Amino acid sequence: MENSIIKIENLIYEYVKQEVLDDGSTVEKVKRALNGISLDIEKGSFLAVVGQNGSGKSTLAKNINGLLLPTRGKITVKGVELADDERIWDIRQNVAMVFQNPDNQLVASIVEDDVAFGPENLGVPSEVIRQRVDDALKLVGMYEMRNKAPHLLSGGQKQRIAIAGALAMDPDIIVFDEPTAMLDPKGRKEVMAIINKLHEEGKTIILITHFMEEAVQADRVVILKKGSGILLDGSPKEVFCQSETLRDVDLTPPLAVELGDRLRARGMDIPQDITRIEELVEYLCQLK
Amino acid sequence: MIRDITLGQYYNADSVIHRLDPRIKIIASLLYIVELFVVDSFIGFFYATAALGLVIALSKVPLSFIFRGMKALLIILIFTFVINLFMIDGTIIFKLWIFTISKEGLYAALFMTFRLVLLITGTSLLTLTTKPISLTDGLERLLYPLSKLKVPTHEIAMMMTIALRFIPTLLEETDKIIKAQQARGADFESGNLINRAKNLIPIIVPLFVSAFRIAHDLAMAMEARCYKGGEGRTRLHPMKYGKRDLVAYVLVFAFLASIILLRIFI
Ligand SMILES: Nc1ncnc2c1ncn2[C@@H]1O[C@H](COP(=O)(O)OP(=O)(O)OP(=O)(O)O)[C@@H](O)[C@H]1O
Ligand SMILES: [Mg+2]
Repeated sequence: MENSIIKIENLIYEYVKQEVLDDGSTVEKVKRALNGISLDIEKGSFLAVVGQNGSGKSTLAKNINGLLLPTRGKITVKGVELADDERIWDIRQNVAMVFQNPDNQLVASIVEDDVAFGPENLGVPSEVIRQRVDDALKLVGMYEMRNKAPHLLSGGQKQRIAIAGALAMDPDIIVFDEPTAMLDPKGRKEVMAIINKLHEEGKTIILITHFMEEAVQADRVVILKKGSGILLDGSPKEVFCQSETLRDVDLTPPLAVELGDRLRARGMDIPQDITRIEELVEYLCQLK
Repeated sequence: MIRDITLGQYYNADSVIHRLDPRIKIIASLLYIVELFVVDSFIGFFYATAALGLVIALSKVPLSFIFRGMKALLIILIFTFVINLFMIDGTIIFKLWIFTISKEGLYAALFMTFRLVLLITGTSLLTLTTKPISLTDGLERLLYPLSKLKVPTHEIAMMMTIALRFIPTLLEETDKIIKAQQARGADFESGNLINRAKNLIPIIVPLFVSAFRIAHDLAMAMEARCYKGGEGRTRLHPMKYGKRDLVAYVLVFAFLASIILLRIFI
């Protein structure tokens, strides 16, 4: 792909743990979390990564911005190979991350100071930091809260602060690792709306999620399988219509697909490629 | 419940004192503590009180807010007063059964209590008018010369920032654990002291586990946001002395000189 911004070639990642045996000797226990992943991610695209617990989604995310370095294989971000020690900070600036737990990723006790943390680390001049912090807070709709203490905010608001913190580093790519897993439905909707907005503004988005309803909003969905790498890769329609394969890896297809399957089993003629509930509603309405 | 506890609370207002550079406020507070121990006359105490009163008025922090913090320390104040009152020998002015009060004791008790009240008020004014992050920033800058002696000043300041940020989170976590253990039938309210202490173990162990998990997550998040130590960091609010701060320095040192002169000549 010529427009690719991230290129992953045959990535293998192994966690190595030292374990002390009863007789005092130590052995290395190796746990392979990623087994030969190859992915080309297009600039400005919105990729959703789905998979069971332990399928290596978080490990993949951490490999993409150099929090972990590949055991084998190669990752290039904007043409820079990740093993390059000097460029690691450039890559982390370019690939921002938002994690699952909103509490455990905020550093400062005032909202705007927290958002400023990234650019401060990058040595950005003060006036520019001010501008970026204000812009990021406005984009996530938290500008009015800039002088509040994070622990007084709701989970959804805290997660929006975390997104603002990532944005303030001025990245091209943002990786979200289950950003909505700990939020209530309202917070989840707010965060998804912001992710969609960032995608529209041209950021490359990688969204790791357990919610299929979120994954169908992406341009492309990748399903990871524990121990064997990528199981499915394609547009949400291509991936989610294979409901049998999904159930094999304990994933529940999106509601619209599930419903479509059951209606089909009852003899109704529902097209295979309906993945969103709105499409299904529309289709059913024009049947009559 | 437990999250209502506020520590080192900041009172949000827009005043001259709030706008002062944190460095001058830290230095002034330290000097004020020293000055309180230089003062040894009632005139001196009234002078020091008047000076503090002026700063409080300028800071726009309501008196009720300041004294609310004092309530928690009331026991210490009373204890100090009583101990000094009864324990110091001298010319006896009052006697009842085994209790005697001497003139010297009365003076010492009054002085000591007065000193403590001023000391607490003076130092709480620092945290009331300075945002935690400016406070740690100011401290980092003041300690900067020590970093030449390999003292990790940036790391100390960063640790304080994180501690301040995570106090409420850990309190919430404690609350959650207490409730979870109570739901499983744990009893934290009855039994003798040893039993109660033992009962705390099911709170402390999970709390430590949480704290380590939080620390791991946070370290990961900080690294993802390019944190690599103090070198080359810029700040959203860079510290710069203004005219206001220079005036404050002059006043603070003039006050110090006057306190010393008062001690010598009165
Ligand atoms: N620090 C670690 N040390 C050893 N093994 C680990 C470590 N972190 C993860 N693993 C293992 O690697 C595998 C992949 O973990 P990973 O966290 O990437 O999965 P995941 O897809 O993100 O799961 P989840 O949906 O639970 O977030 C798991 O089997 C896990 O047990
Ligand atoms: Mg994960």
